[in-house]
Amino acid sequence: MKGLKFPHTPNTLVAFDTSDDAGAYQISNDIAIIQTVDFITPVLNDPYKFGQIAAANSLSDVFAMGAKVCTALNIVAYDSCHITKEMLNEILRGGLDKVIEAGGVVLGGHTIEDLEMKYGLSVTGIVHPDKIVRNNTIQPGDKIILTKPIGMGVITTGIKADMAPQSAIDKVAFHMSYLNKIASEIAMEIGVNAMTDVTGFGLLGHLFEMTNEKVSVHLDYDSIPIIEEAFELAETGLFPGGSYRNEKYYKPNVILDRKDCTQDQLMLLYDAQTSGGLMISIPGEKADKLLDKLKLAGLEWCCIIGEVSDSKERNIIIG
Amino acid sequence: MNQIDTRGLSCPQPVVLVLSEIKTGNSEFEVLIDSEASLENVKRILNKNKLEFDVKENSDHTVYHVKR
Repeated sequence: MKGLKFPHTPNTLVAFDTSDDAGAYQISNDIAIIQTVDFITPVLNDPYKFGQIAAANSLSDVFAMGAKVCTALNIVAYDSCHITKEMLNEILRGGLDKVIEAGGVVLGGHTIEDLEMKYGLSVTGIVHPDKIVRNNTIQPGDKIILTKPIGMGVITTGIKADMAPQSAIDKVAFHMSYLNKIASEIAMEIGVNAMTDVTGFGLLGHLFEMTNEKVSVHLDYDSIPIIEEAFELAETGLFPGGSYRNEKYYKPNVILDRKDCTQDQLMLLYDAQTSGGLMISIPGEKADKLLDKLKLAGLEWCCIIGEVSDSKERNIIIG
Repeated sequence: MNQIDTRGLSCPQPVVLVLSEIKTGNSEFEVLIDSEASLENVKRILNKNKLEFDVKENSDHTVYHVKR
């Protein structure tokens, strides 16, 4: 969007300029609306699960801002000659179920003809203007918590290549359709400094977008939850194109500080995710409490993956 | 010698084609590649199968020449 100017109004709270998860617009003293839109091409073959995943992915941006989901509109592009009405219905049923689970309603939508299937939602949420959680307000002394494992990019590409084992398909279907709602609510209850969801820029890309000129982040590779089957698929060369774009763009700020980490293992941290988890930056002294509560709520795969230090370098150091 | 033309194809198609060529057991083949992601991904599948290859740069694409 080079050269385009988006004028702000006094009510504009969050817009394009900070690479945040969604836009925010204040409509009264105590209500801001959060707006986001996202749609994706099929990531697996089951239409109902695809609908669930596409919706969970779209809803996630609202949760990443610390907001509650209110309304959603379907966005559908499909090839009526090859996708049956029943399949389309299953996709929409999956999406509807996730919007209901998120506490929202579907008010309508729009469908167009397209050779490549696409589905997603435009979502509106609400939050108190003072409670909006930004993505780039992490502080020295914070710990970083990740609420879903990574590996979705290589595994979904592996599914397209018909090379992913069933165990991997089951794991990504489970995690990608899992709403970030509970994690967001618990984070808001305890109080966090910054939050985002891990999607197209990969773990390292989104983590870099969380940093600012006052901090660096130290990651502990062994603490990062990675779906086991992703390693084999990484070696096979099944990274989506976006993962390599992430590597090229974010590499200058990433320092690898351990010798036994292979290129494939490192590359998984750049892997573009679909419907990834929340990455939460929380004051160090509160991190264990948040982790315990997340695990108690059933998110036993959550981990503390790193910590934030005072530094002008704005680097991500992997140890 | 077989030539696998992956130009214009998106991931994971180039890797799928190269893998099926590897499985034929042919002693020599070439892969034509025109995207950065495929250069890396095809390199990975060749390395995983311990296959050595020469790289030839052309103006609009790269050729991996594989010889067992």
